[in-house]
Formats: sequence, structure tokens, C-alpha cells
Amino acid sequence: MRRWATPLLLVLLISSSAQAQPSGELRWGGDAEGGAPFVEADPANPARVVGFEVEVAQLLADGLGRRPRFVQVGFTSLDAAAARGDFDIGLSGVEDSLARRSRLAVTIPYYEFREILTVRAADAARFRTLADLSGRRVATLGATLAYDLLLAVEKDHGVVPVTYEDDVHPYSDLALGRVDAVLLDDVLATRGVRRNPGLVNQPAAVGVGHYVGILAPQNAALRDQVNDILRRAMVDGRLEAIFRRWEMWNDDQPALYSRITSGGDATPVVASTAASSSTWDAAARYLPALLKAAGISLLLSALSMALAVLLGAAIATGRVYGPRPVEVGLTAWVELIRGTPLLLQLFVIYFGLATVVQLPAFLAALLGLGINYAAYESEIYRGALQAVPAGQLEAASVLGFSRMQTLRLVRAPQALRLALAPMTNDFVALLKDSSLVSVITVVELTKQTSIFAANIGSWVLPGVMCAVMYLAMSLPLARFARRLEKGWPR
Amino acid sequence: MTPVLEVEDLSVTRNGQPVVHGVTFHAFRGERVALMGASGAGKTTVLRAIAGLEPQIGGAISVCRPDVFAVDDLGNPARRARTPRIGMVFQFHNLFEHLTALDNVCLAAVHVAGVPRRDAERQATALLEQLGVGHRTHARPHELSGGEAQRVAIARALAMKPLLLLMDEPTASLDPARRDDLAATVRDLSTDGTTILISTHDAPFASACVDRVLMMRDGHIVRDGRPQQVLT
Repeated sequence: MRRWATPLLLVLLISSSAQAQPSGELRWGGDAEGGAPFVEADPANPARVVGFEVEVAQLLADGLGRRPRFVQVGFTSLDAAAARGDFDIGLSGVEDSLARRSRLAVTIPYYEFREILTVRAADAARFRTLADLSGRRVATLGATLAYDLLLAVEKDHGVVPVTYEDDVHPYSDLALGRVDAVLLDDVLATRGVRRNPGLVNQPAAVGVGHYVGILAPQNAALRDQVNDILRRAMVDGRLEAIFRRWEMWNDDQPALYSRITSGGDATPVVASTAASSSTWDAAARYLPALLKAAGISLLLSALSMALAVLLGAAIATGRVYGPRPVEVGLTAWVELIRGTPLLLQLFVIYFGLATVVQLPAFLAALLGLGINYAAYESEIYRGALQAVPAGQLEAASVLGFSRMQTLRLVRAPQALRLALAPMTNDFVALLKDSSLVSVITVVELTKQTSIFAANIGSWVLPGVMCAVMYLAMSLPLARFARRLEKGWPR
Repeated sequence: MTPVLEVEDLSVTRNGQPVVHGVTFHAFRGERVALMGASGAGKTTVLRAIAGLEPQIGGAISVCRPDVFAVDDLGNPARRARTPRIGMVFQFHNLFEHLTALDNVCLAAVHVAGVPRRDAERQATALLEQLGVGHRTHARPHELSGGEAQRVAIARALAMKPLLLLMDEPTASLDPARRDDLAATVRDLSTDGTTILISTHDAPFASACVDRVLMMRDGHIVRDGRPQQVLT
């Protein structure tokens, strides 16, 4: 998972200046979750990492006379971590872009890739270009060149971008039919097709991009040293050797290297518009998307809470009134749900069950959140039901009420009032937990914010806007609950 | 004359321990009976057993045949008749905290006896006025004094027109003046034929309002007679 709340806080608290570093080490940042061929845990020794980026890092460290040390950083946090100085250089399939160049010290490109479309073999004839995918769902990684390309054609062709947090599930979901194409770089596409036999890559490149290393802006001197090392390695064939070893060498690379070594530059193909406009313009441009994402967060939370309340009430009633086996079964269920991470539950419902039933992402998110919170709600209701004095239940029994009537007329109304405050707390918590569903491709407020932040290269304004929107949703809720509590039941 | 209440060889067990055993007595229409004795003698338990609130009982209890409930082979009270013939006023009233006094009194009439709400409310208002709490109809239980709450609880029990009214330690939370009022209320209530069974350890109160006293000790009845005979 790539959470940003904590990094954001740290960014705000700690100055972004690079911290002192032992000069004997080259700390390089990457995301081992990105997997082969970039960086991944060595299958033979999980404490080690392997991948072409590992070898590039070794090459750079050798040139600098240092020892490389790997620092694990989530892919979408790489820019912010580089700016903070969490590592000397970030190498993790980081794409060159004007936005990155404007806020970080960026090395010369050392690999050229093509953005290509991957489709199911049966669709190879009809889905050749993005224009063929009008109204279709096209998967990609968030905050990448491919995502920018998709956004650019979203308006023109009506393509629906679906963002993933990793590069494995876009391809498996394509095979399952959840999306109709994947747009990613050829390095990932080659791997995706190898893993999923029913898929093919379209030969035409949708775009061209480059991998670069990223450093904190004040590390320009180190960047220049790194550039010299890279240029030498392009000339003497050491980079070629690395990419040949990882079966990534192709005709595009010599062309790139000759351009670079002859003093030319490789301009990023898709200019991220953010680089040329101010942060405020970007904020205005992203506001509609953020508002829509906030709407999704609110809708998802409200529906999930409704489900949680209904399920929770049923579970609580079963535990209080049911026969012993029902009580034991429900208790075990509640403990299972409460004792395992929501994130895991979302993965199981969306990806794990995909071979049995392919739930749409929004429905899977709703079920995941609803089922998870139902466990917590049921505990609240159970406690509240048991808090209604037994004497009142005896009075109801003597008056001739059935157990169902006693529950409906005497016990539940009083329990509900007791449960109201904790329920409101849970709803506010659910609103925030709904950010987790971005892992199953639902773009809600937090995900949209992280895309925004990655695009403009700063968390400050997006973070503030995001926080204001969450508060705008949660504060009225708390007030509403207080009023209900005061005026209950009339 | 057929007794309204017949208790035959009643025994009550709690956690495997007998707390009441061999209790037999009858009570007739309009009769006011006090169950007396020291704390722990079993008087409240007998009341609760008659109200169907004790799960482990033996013997037989009937209220104005046919039986309000029989006792099955395991000693559990079988399903009670839908419309109760018994009303109970608990020591701590046990009013429904979320409802007004009026709604406390109406609730069972509407939902158990099926009386239309408008009629139930009219009857409830009349009952509350008769018991001297007509001005408190819209108060919630936590807004009532102990004496007011007790009278609302009595009204709630009477709204179901019980043949037998059980009252558990009714004077426990009353000052002496209120105790005299309650004694008068109890005497009034029986004039329309309601049988009243009161568990109490308050001898002056019992002398003032009951026809008969059953003295209990260690879970069974040791004396049965008029108050002036038993309470000497």
C-alpha cells in the first residue's frame, strides 16, 4: 500500500532540506513492490534486491566510489521522498517529465520506453489505438506518463481511465474482462503478457518516454556527477550490458544514447501541463475532479454505512437473542473481520474472488467497507442492547409483549440512542477509511489528491484542499448526530 | 367461590438452590393479600414466579382458570397467554425510559391488547388522573419523583385490566405521607374486584390495606391469617 498521510505530515513538519548523509554510501530509493525487472526482492534471498535498477545503482555507486544502499519507498511517494532527501537518488522506473524537471534535480535519461496498449487476443483487431477504445475502461498506473496520456484522450475519445496501485492487477483484470485495455510502458507490458497468456501487445507506440534518476533540487552537483557516469557507461557499453542481461535491450537505446552523448537532450514527450502553469491554476483545474472524488467518497461511505448498520443490527440481534451455535458463529465472524486488515478484505473481495465472481470495483468497495464496519457496529449495538435495564424487559414480558415486540418497542429504541454517538464516530472513521478502496481502482478523494499532488509535485495545496473537503463532510455529520442525540426520539 | 389465584406446591430454584418450596395458597376476587417476612424469606420470588419471571419452577400456578401458563416437564413456564391477566408493579417501577408517562401506560394496550391508540390514550389519561398524576402525562420517567413513577407504573399495569395485581415492595421508596396515600389507593383498586398481592415488610402499611397476611420464612409460608392475627 502506498499511503501518503504520514509522509505528508512529515513533509510539513520536517524541512525539505536534505539531511546529512554518510559520504561512504549511495542511498538509492526504489519500490521493491514494483517488481522485476526494476527492483524486487531476490527470490533466493528476500533480504537482497535484484533488478536492472539495482545494477544501475551499483554502476553509479562504483563511479562515485561509494557503496550502494537500497531504501524502500512507495512508488507514488518517490518524488516527495527525493525532495525531502530520504535518499540520494531515486531509481525505480521513474519517468522523465517537465513537472519533475521543474521541481527536482533529474538525471539524463538512461532508458527509452514506449507506451503501448495491451488488449485481449480476441480484441486485437478492434482495439488498435486509444481512439478505438471510446467509452471503454483502460487501466494504468496512477501518476504516470501513461495516465497523463489517458487523461488527455479522456475528453476526446471518451476513454475511461482506471488507475491501479501496482502493475500486476491491470493485466490480470484485463484477462478477466474488468477492463478492455492496459496502457503502460513496454517493459511492464512485456511482463504482463508473459504472465497472462490471453493478452497481446499492440505494436504501435502511443507515446515514448524515458527513465531517469531523481535527486533533491539542491543536489545538482551530485546529479552532474551521476550524469557523467551515465554518459561514460553509455559509451563503454556497461549500460547496454545491464539491459541485455534483463532482456530489455532494443534498437531504441543506441539511438537514445547517441543523442545524449552527442550533447542532445531527450525532451519528455508528454508535457505535463502543470509544469508550465502555476500551482493555483493547477488547483483550479483539479477542483472539479476533487469535488467529484469527494462525492464518490461520500456516496461510498453513506452506502457502506447503511449496509454496516443493517448487517450490524442483524449480527447484534443474533448474538443477543440467537441460540448458542448462532451466537458462537457470529462471534467468530466478528472476530475474524475485526482481527484482519480492511485492506486485506478489500483485496480478497476484489481480486481474490475475481475468478468466482467479478464484482465491479465500486460494489466490491461498498461490500468490503460495509462488511468490515458491520462487525464494529454489531459490537456497539450488542453493548447498547445489553445496556437497556433487564427490569424493563421483565416489565414488558409481564405486560404480554412478545420478544420481537420487546425488541422493537422497548429495547431497540433505547439502544439506538446509546449507539448514536459511537455510530457517528464510526461514520467519520469510515469516511476516512474509504480512502483505502483506491487499491481496488476506485478513485475517491484521497486517490484523486495523490494524483493531483504527483502531478504538481507538492503535497501542500492538494493536502489542504483534501483536508478541507473531508472536514466539510465530517463536521456537519458530527453536528447532525449531536442534534439527533439531544432531540431523540422527538 | 373459585379463587382468582391458585398456587399449589410452588417451588423455585436458583442456581440449583431451592429458594421457595411447598408454597400453597389461594386468593379470591377483590381480596388484598400481603406476602410478608424478612429479607430473603422468598416473598418477592413468589411474586416473580406468579408473573412468569422465574425460569426454574415446580408445582402449579393458575390465575382464574384456565391456566395462564402451565409448567412443562422441565419445570419451565410454557408460553404465556397473549393477553395477561396479571399486572405487576415493580419495586423500582421499571418504566420504559424512552417513553412519556402516557405512552408507558398506552404501549401494551395498543400493541398487545390491540386497543385503538385514541381509545388507549383516553383510558390512560383517565387512569393517570384517577391515580393523581394527570398533570404528568407528558413527563419522561427520569423527570418523575419516586411516588409519581410508582403511580405511573400502577396505571401501566391497570391499563391491561388485570384480574390480579402484583406489587413488589411498593412502600420502599415512599415517605410516610405517600405510604398512607398508597394504602388508600390499594383499597380503592380492589373495589372493582381486582385481586391484589403485595410483597412487603412494612407492617403498618399492610395493616392499613390488606385483608390477609401470608408470613414467609426460609422459602415457605409459616402463617396465614388476618393482619391483626399474624402481625402481633
